[in-house]
Amino acid sequence: MTSTHRLSLTVNGQAHDCEVEARLTLADCLRDKLDLTGTHLGCEHGVCGACTVVVDGAAVRSCLIFAVQAQGAEIKTVEGLADGDRLSDLQQAFHDNFALQCGFCTPGFLATAEAFLSENPSPTRAEVQSAISGNICRCTGYVSIIDAILETAARRRGEPV
Amino acid sequence: MTPPYIGQSVKRLEDQRLLTGTGRYIDDIKLPGMKVMAIFRSPHAHARIRRIDLSAARALPGVTDVFSAHDIDMDLPEIPLRLAPFEGFERFLQRPIAADKVRYVGEPVAVVIAADRYIAEDALDLIGVEFEPLPAVTTVDQAIAGDTLIHEDAGENMGTRYTVARGDTDSAFADAPYTRRERFVTNRHGAVPMETRGLIADFEPDTPLLRLHGATKVNFFNRRHLADAFGLPEDAVELIETDVGGGFGARGELYPEDYLVPIASRRAGCPVKWIEDRRENLTATNHSRDIVCDVEIAATEDGRILGVRATVQGDMGAYIRTNGGVVPSKAAQFLPGPYRVPDFSCDVQFLITNKTPVGTFRGPGRFEVNFCRERLLDMMAKDLGIDSAEIRHRNLMQPAELPYRIGELVPGDADATFDRGNYPSAMNRLLDEAGYDDWKDRQGDIIDGRAHGLGIACFIESSAAGPPESATITIRPDGKVEIRTGASSVGQGTETGLAQICADGLGIDIAAIDVFHGSTTLVETGGGTFHSRNTVMAGNATRIAADTLRDRALDLGALRWNCDRVDLVYEDGAVARSGERLSLADLATFAEARGERLFADALFDNEKKLSYSYGAHAALVAVDVATGIVEVKKYVLTEEIGRALNPAMVQGQAVGGLVQGLGGTFLDHMVYDADGQLLTGSFADYLLPTSDGLPEITAIALEESPSEFNPMGFKGAGEGGIVAVAAAVGNAVSHALAAYDISITELPITPDRLRKALRDTGV
Repeated sequence: MTSTHRLSLTVNGQAHDCEVEARLTLADCLRDKLDLTGTHLGCEHGVCGACTVVVDGAAVRSCLIFAVQAQGAEIKTVEGLADGDRLSDLQQAFHDNFALQCGFCTPGFLATAEAFLSENPSPTRAEVQSAISGNICRCTGYVSIIDAILETAARRRGEPV
Repeated sequence: MTPPYIGQSVKRLEDQRLLTGTGRYIDDIKLPGMKVMAIFRSPHAHARIRRIDLSAARALPGVTDVFSAHDIDMDLPEIPLRLAPFEGFERFLQRPIAADKVRYVGEPVAVVIAADRYIAEDALDLIGVEFEPLPAVTTVDQAIAGDTLIHEDAGENMGTRYTVARGDTDSAFADAPYTRRERFVTNRHGAVPMETRGLIADFEPDTPLLRLHGATKVNFFNRRHLADAFGLPEDAVELIETDVGGGFGARGELYPEDYLVPIASRRAGCPVKWIEDRRENLTATNHSRDIVCDVEIAATEDGRILGVRATVQGDMGAYIRTNGGVVPSKAAQFLPGPYRVPDFSCDVQFLITNKTPVGTFRGPGRFEVNFCRERLLDMMAKDLGIDSAEIRHRNLMQPAELPYRIGELVPGDADATFDRGNYPSAMNRLLDEAGYDDWKDRQGDIIDGRAHGLGIACFIESSAAGPPESATITIRPDGKVEIRTGASSVGQGTETGLAQICADGLGIDIAAIDVFHGSTTLVETGGGTFHSRNTVMAGNATRIAADTLRDRALDLGALRWNCDRVDLVYEDGAVARSGERLSLADLATFAEARGERLFADALFDNEKKLSYSYGAHAALVAVDVATGIVEVKKYVLTEEIGRALNPAMVQGQAVGGLVQGLGGTFLDHMVYDADGQLLTGSFADYLLPTSDGLPEITAIALEESPSEFNPMGFKGAGEGGIVAVAAAVGNAVSHALAAYDISITELPITPDRLRKALRDTGV
């Protein structure tokens, strides 16, 4: 239980080395070892999606994998989206569309949406609804989140919004 | 964006930090030397504690301390009643940790303090408790029967019981041409915010100072009681608010953990953090909504209501917590709704059972009772051959009948009065938007193999109860403007709303404003955040502070220029006279040089005169008769809110509330078995609404009837989105399935329940 492992991973372009217990989840590693507390834990059993991060391009629930499974991985978290104070296009669309209230679920939605849009740059509304259906938000009722993701997709395709 | 800000969809000031992962929720805070706490909770619904063995847990490396009630060297306080504290409840209050008996699954029995949460949870597995299980009381009928007593000293399981009335119901029913009686059941569910509860206590007994991080909602009330419990002067207790991941009524009340975390910190001599996990959240945080309502209506043959009499039975769970009897008492009070009901009586019963205690959840009592009343109205309409909209038109109170004293429908609340408004106007707007006239003769139509129905429901909803609210505006010499308020933010955009009001009040750029809220260290007093009161109470306090500050600015300007005040004007954030200006920053600098500060304090008191928002909901549903699956295709709601401070945020409240209400209608359900075990203790079993299958939504905020009870005219806008969802959907499904004689009387509406009902009719 207490045996530790040397772990190397890249988070938001920065290389990290740390010593972790085998049972430490990736979420707890990010939050407690690397102090990247933007990734939130809402259920710790893989349903709510709040802890979603992008691991090697795929949306992954960081509460459901161990940190050691991310050995050598490239990880993107909410802290890696903005350029300094300048929000990314997706973050800006969330801001413009009032797509957050309490903000607790937001990092997970951003991660899910980033991975989704890189796979499907021209989604329909129904496809967006399906893509984020594994993320729970208790505040917004989702409509504004769907609008923000569709707006981002349109902007990235160079379409007027 | 340019002023005026009030009435514009100003982008939220909160967003930058929340979008970049730099918000500070309670679990994001680490204090030096901090330990972590975990709680051993009762696995039994009802049991005596025979023996507690903590030795193995204490011996685990990394464990600092393990304690039970028997190790605590203070009198364990009772968790106080904050709201609806009816006589009789004092027999059913909870202490923070069980000593001899447990009364619900999830009740705290022992506490571990350890180096990290992994070790703390290992230690929980090593705690040995010998229980003697007792029979569990899991229904209101069992509670009334009283074969098993949950609190023996009380001698009964009836928390309290009273009857409220106006008029003479018996005579209304005596000769009534039409009567109908029905039983309605609403599902136990809860707020379930995305962020679970959490606290960090840093207790320095010698100073003395207890600093509790993670507080919210009603910090000044909570501080007073915590100070009392720990024998500290009030100013030795600091409640610090962090970013909050959703409240919806449940977060920020005093719970057992609000005492246990400080006790743990005092024992360990270091800061201690506790973060609720999701399973704990589903058993330890207040549940809500669980009522049975037997209601009878009397009417004329043309559908005019003569009287309503009812029994509301609330399943309160094992203890009465801070919210007292809010849920059943508000259900009774709002049972007549916005209609003319001359004679009304209600027997209200508060039953103690072996379940998690009940508290408030967005629209407490209203969501439940709107379902009961609006379903019954539709049944009556059908019986009498009257259209659903028409029967409402015949009974809605008209503007000329308002204000209307509703009578003492909650004991002690004799003055409750619906303020001015135009209920028919809000319903007419709904009927137009929903295309009611197109649908009223097509109810039950089969389209693409599914039965369609359009249901409507009306509601009235109170806002802004409780104590006064504080706001202080301070101008700093660098030109930054600070608002401090006793109101909390639970994620609804309070910072933005108050900044809008301040910016307009002072004629300044909103970007100059910082808003600090909630923490007891910021202001002298505060009322807190509940009952849709922030915009009304803190908003008006902010406005008054801004007005006072303009006044002070003029005084200072007169001093600075050594002139008469009447020769000065205040405009665009400055004091001016011909060709000269003194900005607020200049004046703050001048004040500082005089050893003063440029600031203004305000307290807004609405003298307990509530503002009532009202409106109507419509749902268009398609029901697959073969599977029992209901799709809500279209949803329209109107809500009169007096004045929209920020239309986009108002829209967010309405849509968010509505979707939450769809969960309460179809999904959210705390299911208990006969032993009092919660069967829906994870998100795999306790279902919440997701983005799949959302209806097309139209939410309309009306601003036709500003409140008379606050200068800015606001009415609450936080709960109108949720309160009539089960009502409208229940009516829609019943219309869709009228051909099968199916009438919805119980929530949630699930495919298996609908299929069973259809099977029973041979379909």
